[in-house]
Amino acid sequence: MIFDVQAVRADFPILDQQINGNPLVYLDNAATTQKPNCVIDTITHYYQKINANIHRGVHALSEAATADYEQARKTCQTFINAAQVEEIIFCRGTTEAINLVAQSFGRQFIKAGEEIVISALEHHSNIVPWQILCEQTGAILKVAPINQQGEIMLDEFAALLSAKTKLVAVNHISNALGTVNPVAQMTKMAHAVGAKILIDGAQALAMTLVDVQAMDCDFYTCSGHKLFGPTGVGFLYGKAELLNAMSPYQSGGDMIRQVSFEKTTYAPIPNKFEAGTPNIVGAIGLGTAIDYINRLGIPAIQAYEQQLLAYATEQAEQMPGMRLIGTAANKASILSFVIQGIHPHDLGTILDSQGIAVRTGHHCAMPVMKFFKVPATVRASFSIYNTVEEVDALMAGIRKVQEMFNNE
Amino acid sequence: MNELQELYQQVIIDHGTKPRNSGEMLDCSHKADGFNPLCGDELSLYLKVDANDVITAVKFTGEGCAISTASASLMSQFLKDKTVTQAKEAMSEFTDMVTKSPDANHENLGKLIILAGVNKYPSRVKCASLAWHTLLAALEGNAAATTE
Repeated sequence: MIFDVQAVRADFPILDQQINGNPLVYLDNAATTQKPNCVIDTITHYYQKINANIHRGVHALSEAATADYEQARKTCQTFINAAQVEEIIFCRGTTEAINLVAQSFGRQFIKAGEEIVISALEHHSNIVPWQILCEQTGAILKVAPINQQGEIMLDEFAALLSAKTKLVAVNHISNALGTVNPVAQMTKMAHAVGAKILIDGAQALAMTLVDVQAMDCDFYTCSGHKLFGPTGVGFLYGKAELLNAMSPYQSGGDMIRQVSFEKTTYAPIPNKFEAGTPNIVGAIGLGTAIDYINRLGIPAIQAYEQQLLAYATEQAEQMPGMRLIGTAANKASILSFVIQGIHPHDLGTILDSQGIAVRTGHHCAMPVMKFFKVPATVRASFSIYNTVEEVDALMAGIRKVQEMFNNE
Repeated sequence: MNELQELYQQVIIDHGTKPRNSGEMLDCSHKADGFNPLCGDELSLYLKVDANDVITAVKFTGEGCAISTASASLMSQFLKDKTVTQAKEAMSEFTDMVTKSPDANHENLGKLIILAGVNKYPSRVKCASLAWHTLLAALEGNAAATTE
């Protein structure tokens, strides 16, 4: 199947606009992706025709809302090939999913002196919840180092694993550098010492075929807004036997079986972990976004984005003064870089004046910046609607900044 | 001159890439470290203040964008021979200029008025302000300042 990028672009109304007098070139997809018309229409339709609370009313709208919400859960289940639909817990996104595992699984099953292993490549959302858990429980946080290409050093990772390791938490794809981590292999290694493993899938699901049963991971997390869905919604996948054994994370309505002042019993999964009225339209919108991805097909998406990455990398290597940060052999379509003599923030502001949106800063991964001895990087992240011409616009924009800074 | 050219005038690029008064000062009387958590910009500011409360020397080290470095460099030149009171007054006026009234008469600030253009870039105001927050921390005896 030929990937028709112009047809894809037509699905995303936001792309058709001028920013600072230039056509928008949106290269900040690792921060959040844009939304196709089908997702926007789903949200509008829901509020115009369906809106009601779920799991409660006997009236028609409530039943329709509940059916759509639960259908979205099935869509998520199929998307990552979870064994059971109850293993999908809707939440606000990856950050909340990781906090849920830390505060429920972690506080219940990880004791003082036992160890949690993460990597030096993690987003702050996969570092800080474990630090807090360690403060609460006396558990110990270990960090697997990375090499100069920005890849986790597997031998060092293996050396950190022992009978004391209770949990490994790593990202599938690094948001800061684009490194694709060998998560299936790391899952086997974690299981070999009896540890559970959580995979932070925030960056991966928009471009990677994920089969949680084949991978055999214990937890997998998703942020909807990074795969063309709404903000404020995502899911935690967990193996049913673990979720069943875990205590509730938040409590309130919808997560109970029976409440009395003497004793409260909890609902079975997934409701046990979905206290309060959830982001109903968000979950339904996420379902629509996944349907959209499935129509394009992950293999076609991946092939197209790899073409863009290869072209951008080739252009970057020819650019004087440009240093790529993160050159892993297996990389997603993220180009993190610095330009000699020009701070990333200046570059970001001047690119923006040309309509080019990139991320500048530490990308919520300060330890990664420290490792590469840079205060910040510029990150251009490519998605399904970006074109070769936009890569050219980026490179031309960088040359313009270099001229400004060298023309004194 | 468009907004971008106003922000990145040659004086700013010049001070931003070749800062004046850059370096440590071992015999300083005041020192503070500034940090902008949003961008990771860091600045250490050293002052020598004499018995009459006059700032006789200013130096700084750090890592930041052209706006933040140029602001620190221009500030270091501006502060020389100013009293502590004058320095604090200049800080309020500078803050006013970059946040509220870029077009008002800021002749008291001398060369610093070329930073007025940062007002059009809310995300960059903190870059221009870091040096001044650090100055205030140093004068008030605080070890560290942040723009948050």
